[in-house]
Amino acid sequence: MRNRPLSVLWLQSGGCGGCTTSMLCAESPDLLTSLETTGIRLLWHPSLSEETGAEVLALFDRILSGDEPLDVLCVEGSLLRGPNGTGRFHALAGTGRPTIDWVRDLAAMAEHLVAVGTCAAYGGVTAAGENITDACGLQYDGRQRGGALGSAFRSRSGLPVVNVAGCPTHPNWVTETLMLLADDGLAEGDLDAYQRPRFYADHLVHHGCPRNEYYEYKASAEKSSDLGCMMENMGCLGTQAHADCNTRLWNGEGSCTRGGYACINCTAPEFEEPGHPFQQTPKFAGIPIGLPTDMPKAWFVALASLAKAATPERVRRNATADRIVVPPSVRNTNKG
Amino acid sequence: MTEEPGTGSPTRLIVGPFNRVEGDLEVRLEIDGGAVSAAYVNSPLFRGFERILEGRAPLDALVVAPRICGICSVSQSHAAALALAGVQGLEAPRNGVLATNLMMATENIADHLTHFHLFFMPDFARSAYADRPWFAQVEERFKAAQGTSVRRALAARTELFHILGLLGGKWPHTLTIQPGGVARAVDSRDRVRLLAIVGAFHRFLETSLFGAPLDAVLALSSIEDLDHWRRHGPTGDFRLFLDIAEDLDLAHLGRAYDRFLSHGAYPSPDGGHLYRRGTFADGWDAPYDPGAVAEHHRFSRMAGQDRPHAPFAGSTVPDGADEEGYSWCKAPRLAGRPYETGAIARQLIDGHPLIRALVARDGANVQSRVVARLLEKARTTRAMEGWLRGIDLAGPWCVQGDMPTTAQAIGLTEAARGALGHWLRVEQGRIAGYQIIAPTTWNFSPRDLDGVPGPLEQALVGAPVQPGEHSPLSVQHIVRSFDPCMVCTVH
Repeated sequence: MRNRPLSVLWLQSGGCGGCTTSMLCAESPDLLTSLETTGIRLLWHPSLSEETGAEVLALFDRILSGDEPLDVLCVEGSLLRGPNGTGRFHALAGTGRPTIDWVRDLAAMAEHLVAVGTCAAYGGVTAAGENITDACGLQYDGRQRGGALGSAFRSRSGLPVVNVAGCPTHPNWVTETLMLLADDGLAEGDLDAYQRPRFYADHLVHHGCPRNEYYEYKASAEKSSDLGCMMENMGCLGTQAHADCNTRLWNGEGSCTRGGYACINCTAPEFEEPGHPFQQTPKFAGIPIGLPTDMPKAWFVALASLAKAATPERVRRNATADRIVVPPSVRNTNKG
Repeated sequence: MTEEPGTGSPTRLIVGPFNRVEGDLEVRLEIDGGAVSAAYVNSPLFRGFERILEGRAPLDALVVAPRICGICSVSQSHAAALALAGVQGLEAPRNGVLATNLMMATENIADHLTHFHLFFMPDFARSAYADRPWFAQVEERFKAAQGTSVRRALAARTELFHILGLLGGKWPHTLTIQPGGVARAVDSRDRVRLLAIVGAFHRFLETSLFGAPLDAVLALSSIEDLDHWRRHGPTGDFRLFLDIAEDLDLAHLGRAYDRFLSHGAYPSPDGGHLYRRGTFADGWDAPYDPGAVAEHHRFSRMAGQDRPHAPFAGSTVPDGADEEGYSWCKAPRLAGRPYETGAIARQLIDGHPLIRALVARDGANVQSRVVARLLEKARTTRAMEGWLRGIDLAGPWCVQGDMPTTAQAIGLTEAARGALGHWLRVEQGRIAGYQIIAPTTWNFSPRDLDGVPGPLEQALVGAPVQPGEHSPLSVQHIVRSFDPCMVCTVH
């Protein structure tokens, strides 16, 4: 057991603040109770804390001088290296100093580094297009290791940056990561190839998707509001995206595919540049490019054509409707 | 970093990082004779979303634009969908409009709630106010991240967002809102579930925030009514705020230009908006002409500092070496003048009698901005119940259309913080121009071509500064009374 609460400092840079606003929706228990009852203490958080201005800078000083132990530095938003390597696209207010420099200094004092969201992990949407701000993640620049802290970085605990990727993050991806750190329950082996916590990244968005029957028969949605599988036409990457969105659920009973739209694989580096319009599946000779994870291509093609041929009328018709037009038939399942 | 304020020549104070606003903010103050004599507002973060959008397939804006802001995400999504609907010539069916309104209202009400409970009120629970008669109560209810009302509000907010979970899959960053409507239909079971969620929120407002039936809040129509509520009203958080506002004279703190703009909020399927579109300036109502909007870059770190930029011809070319610009924020002006936007503008322009009276007496100020938000929460919650009952369960949710190779359109909506506009140009089937003017771009703009300060910069002039204050409380109250969203501001 720890002899004092896990201290957490939270900084924001080149992001939208959405991972924080999402985290405020934590449930069972709520955010404040989650933190208090699991021994997590926020030293400062931009949205939650009383301190502003000079009071905050005094806290940074205490951390940098070693007077205030820092167990976790959470960073939300990408780190901006531009223009021309100056970092001036985000100078931390009140200091005139690039936020990326503050992050590097504070990172050296932190037991653990947590990248909250895909921006802080890999660069994310802020790094899209021509990336004029030269945005990157804490330890990645897209798929390349490196980023603001460099590929060799290890925090004082010996762990690399923990990438709680997602755009936004699910509230409890963040709270559970912090709880595991408070419990000494997160080792390097608990992170996946992109340093995401495996407790949520070892699942696929496809798992638990309510459109699974449509997927099985390749009964596809053709337009927005259709009920069918969105893999063939609508750009859905749920069979390849690492996250537990359809088993954990969002804001009560939600998920992207339950909300009627494609999974865009937002927990992955470079999801922001899929190489095709987000809501459109790229195809080659009429066949969607991008196989379900771990599926051999020949088998997928064979199974898909068989499945399409075997599609029940009910599934086929519902797939292109915005509500169930043909209900499943009712029959007695008792045997004997 | 700071110099002690005193008498004699002006001293300077730089306040930042300014928290309990959404995003990062720095305010530079000149102080003379114990009060702010000039203020310069710096939005210190630039990301370049307008450039990120250029060159993409137009519908990609539905993915990218919401990610401008994790607070006003649905509003950004709505503005993008409206701009795209404009270029595609689409009109969402009744159900699409109502479902979108429900999602917008959820986000806007939740933002008002976050503002009041998490951002604004905790300042009155600071030890500097320990000698005030209301302090013990405020400390118990609103101490940052601890107060009983803060906790109740967070719980109510979380439950309210179940509406977004059901209608939009998640919040923030839903992709449900499309140019032709919404991608998820609602059935009869969904509707009763949604009614129950709104009902629970309605109850929270009555038991915690107002301590009175919503009808009593909706009936507030004069300053006398408000005074009566303060003196004899129920013991909810609303009355507590009115007490504080009276004691600290917040009605005489933070007045700007008293010129207001609203794009109109919550379109009705039958035309018009729940809260009317228009402007109010110099005591007069007038229609809003988006063609009269231009952005000035004079004190922005942006190329093109010498002239106004109409949004369809606008550009976003940051200049990191520029020393004269003091913010990444551009300065939007309507017919050449700064305008304030937000709940107070919406309710004023819509003709709410109490807000009209408050503005007529003391303009927009710390008290009236907050009162407008609280009243709007009640009004919008009531409207949500009506929209849910207005859904046609047998009707369509989304219509489809083709993307033209060349077209342009504006998407105008209202985020919690006020007027949000997307100016979209499509050429050769791709996004050729995408200019965004967000509410806090209006409110927190730097000086313009004529050197005229933005609304917050003006509102801060005259704010009292106590000896020894590094982050003056009066300045914090004024800044937070606008409920700034800095990530929208510069985008």
